[in-house]
Amino acid sequence: MVGAMNNERERQIFAQRFGLFIGLATIVMLFVAMTSALIVRQGAGNWVNINLPYQFWISTAIILLSSVTMFISKKAHKQMEVQRFRIFFWATFILGVAFIINQWLGYFALAKSGFYINGINSYQYVYVISMTHLAHVGVGLLILLYTGIKTSVQKFNPNYHHIIGFISVYWHFVDLLWIFLFIFFQLKFF
Amino acid sequence: METTETHHGHAHSNTGAYITDHVHYQDVEGVIRSEEDHGHHDSDRNKKNFIHTWIFSQDHKIIGKQFLITGIIWAIVGGAFSNIFRMQLGFPDTNMSWIGNVFGDRWVENGHMTNDFYNMLITMHGTILVFFVLTAGLSGTFANILIPLQCGARDMASPFLNMLSYWFFFMASIVMAASFFLPTGAAGVSWVFYPPLSAIRDASLGSKGGADMWLISMSLFIFSSLLGGLNYITTILNLRTKGMSMAKLPLTIWALLITAILGVLSFPVLLGAAILLIFDRTLGTSFYLDKIYIENVGAQPHEGGNPILYQHLFWFLGHPEVYIVIMPAFGMVSEILSVNSRKPIFGYRAMVLSMLAIAALAFFVWAHHMFVTGLNPFVGSVFVFLTLLIAIPSAIKVFNWLTTIWKGNIKYTPAMLFAIGFVSLFISGGLTGIFLGNSSIDIQLHDTYFVVAHFHIVMGIGAFFGMFAGVYHWFPKMYGKFMNRTMGFIHFWLTFAGAYAIFWPMHYQGLAGVPRRYPSHAGYESFNKFGELSEFITIAALVVFAAQLLFVFNFFYSIFRGKICHEQNPWKSNTIEWTTPIKPGHGNWEGEIPTVHRWPYDYGKDGQDFIPQTMPIQPGESAHHV
Repeated sequence: MVGAMNNERERQIFAQRFGLFIGLATIVMLFVAMTSALIVRQGAGNWVNINLPYQFWISTAIILLSSVTMFISKKAHKQMEVQRFRIFFWATFILGVAFIINQWLGYFALAKSGFYINGINSYQYVYVISMTHLAHVGVGLLILLYTGIKTSVQKFNPNYHHIIGFISVYWHFVDLLWIFLFIFFQLKFF
Repeated sequence: METTETHHGHAHSNTGAYITDHVHYQDVEGVIRSEEDHGHHDSDRNKKNFIHTWIFSQDHKIIGKQFLITGIIWAIVGGAFSNIFRMQLGFPDTNMSWIGNVFGDRWVENGHMTNDFYNMLITMHGTILVFFVLTAGLSGTFANILIPLQCGARDMASPFLNMLSYWFFFMASIVMAASFFLPTGAAGVSWVFYPPLSAIRDASLGSKGGADMWLISMSLFIFSSLLGGLNYITTILNLRTKGMSMAKLPLTIWALLITAILGVLSFPVLLGAAILLIFDRTLGTSFYLDKIYIENVGAQPHEGGNPILYQHLFWFLGHPEVYIVIMPAFGMVSEILSVNSRKPIFGYRAMVLSMLAIAALAFFVWAHHMFVTGLNPFVGSVFVFLTLLIAIPSAIKVFNWLTTIWKGNIKYTPAMLFAIGFVSLFISGGLTGIFLGNSSIDIQLHDTYFVVAHFHIVMGIGAFFGMFAGVYHWFPKMYGKFMNRTMGFIHFWLTFAGAYAIFWPMHYQGLAGVPRRYPSHAGYESFNKFGELSEFITIAALVVFAAQLLFVFNFFYSIFRGKICHEQNPWKSNTIEWTTPIKPGHGNWEGEIPTVHRWPYDYGKDGQDFIPQTMPIQPGESAHHV
């Protein structure tokens, strides 16, 4: 009976994980569309190269660090180290907030340099694509906040591990996505 | 409360308690709960209140019906719009000041509808029919109703997300409907929403607030489609009952799976295009705009963009969207033809492979909508080649459908008639697609009524026929009753003859160069000779619309007063949805979900009329291998 129960539960978790990856595929397609638009525009000529202000470099470091904290948090949950899990989970949340703040500082820096959202084409793409990414980070933060509160006020539940796993996958995904975009913005295709 | 049913052989819900006839559950946090904590199978509806049972239901069948009924309402609205603008085209001298009484005097000028009103009608007709009816209403309905039932699952992988999928569609509907009540009206820049008309607020009346609401509505709609598609794929690939290998799946499920894959890969691209458009409209960016001057408004402060970029992004969705619309019909028609011919489907593997081939090619042909945009002729020839390749799998499907019914013991139910009608329309509309796939011909015929005729026959009326076939066939499963046959036959013949009467003459108009999207052709001497033909088309359109009202009456009448279905398997079909109770509760099967032993098309085998999928292979019996 217990074996069957575990199998069914694993099957359910597998299905949910599968669904999560399909969801990520849809996000990939969204960014494929937007980055393709940038490449097409670049190919049309009269393209001003993008130089991102240092705030975006700091953002990159922050989101990379948040992936590390997420990884440690997930591992701690699996090893049932409650305190460690909570500390690193909340650290991930705080780093996520820091990422968003820093991205906005980056936008302010761009505007201060005269690269407004409706200004030079190449920087328009930086705004629209990075803001779309930021919206995805925002969704991740809401999930982190909800789960963080839930796991803090409730008794530690080891069976919650797969949910932490799902959140971790999503968080690493938005992290990788930003790394890709950060490099992408600075490439010249034509 | 998120729950996971834990009894062997049962699928589960990840949110919300639902049916089961067994004892233990385990929620996602691993807490084992007893049956008393949760709802029961048959008593599910009794215990929950009306709101949870019928409004915010997580039962896939209820959600399917919600999609269907919302789709029907939208179809009436979209169809009525087409009748109104056909009145203008067919009878340009008729006084139409009544429009002012219904929609407001601002839309009437000298007894005729204004050009802006015409633009609004054609935009909303296209948007409503393509997205709200033939995507949500068709795919949303039958994916929800059939996937768990034909795969052998209690519900979707995530019933909660499934419910959200409908409610996002509902919100999209509300936003779109509300846009009619703006002083400037709903969007009026055509359903393809091309910039610069769509990107500059001052470009036209239909480019103002209505266009904003169109974009908001479509964003909600895309989110709804993605949630639905994600669920459909996950359920089909992960929650099939025991024995239901991919090779034993009914073609309906294959079609719905491929439709969902097309949707999750292409709708995000449209969302990306919409985000750039929203930025252009609201923040003054120039993704799709370059220097442009608008009469009476002045020069616009945009530079460096290109409206053609939007077309690339739009048609990357737009062409797969054609198959998102038609693919569910492929599947249902295959099923219905086989059941009502009492013969196995001909070439099951070829049917699946051809659907996969069509889906794959769908992503590489988008530029055939753009032959007149100044596309490099070499690139154009590549897209011609890829487009014409689609004829091969399409022809395979047609051949297999015809071979399936060939010498069959055909039961002429309304569903079967609509399925046969679909094949006819797919051939007629598909052939003209070969014309338009050739850039040399398309450049001549682009934006003429030939194009209107082509896509209305193949993906408009064709998909509607698939939808009607599905509704007539699975109505007993949805409501435990039959739809009235006589009304069904009248509906079929009026629609079938009427559809050809509307669209066949349009080919001639198009070949003669009559352009689409013109509010009136009356002022053009070269098109005057088509005046009587236009009258004929309009009369046919009014008759066909009236026939659809008959269908709507039959649908709702049959829900309440229809002949009660007493048989569990009224069509003597092999697929496992007919092994559930006549009106299944949430969870579908009262006991164990049946195990599948064979493919779904054992009709007329070894002297037996039909052998259900649940029947084990007998000793010495040759099983069908795909």
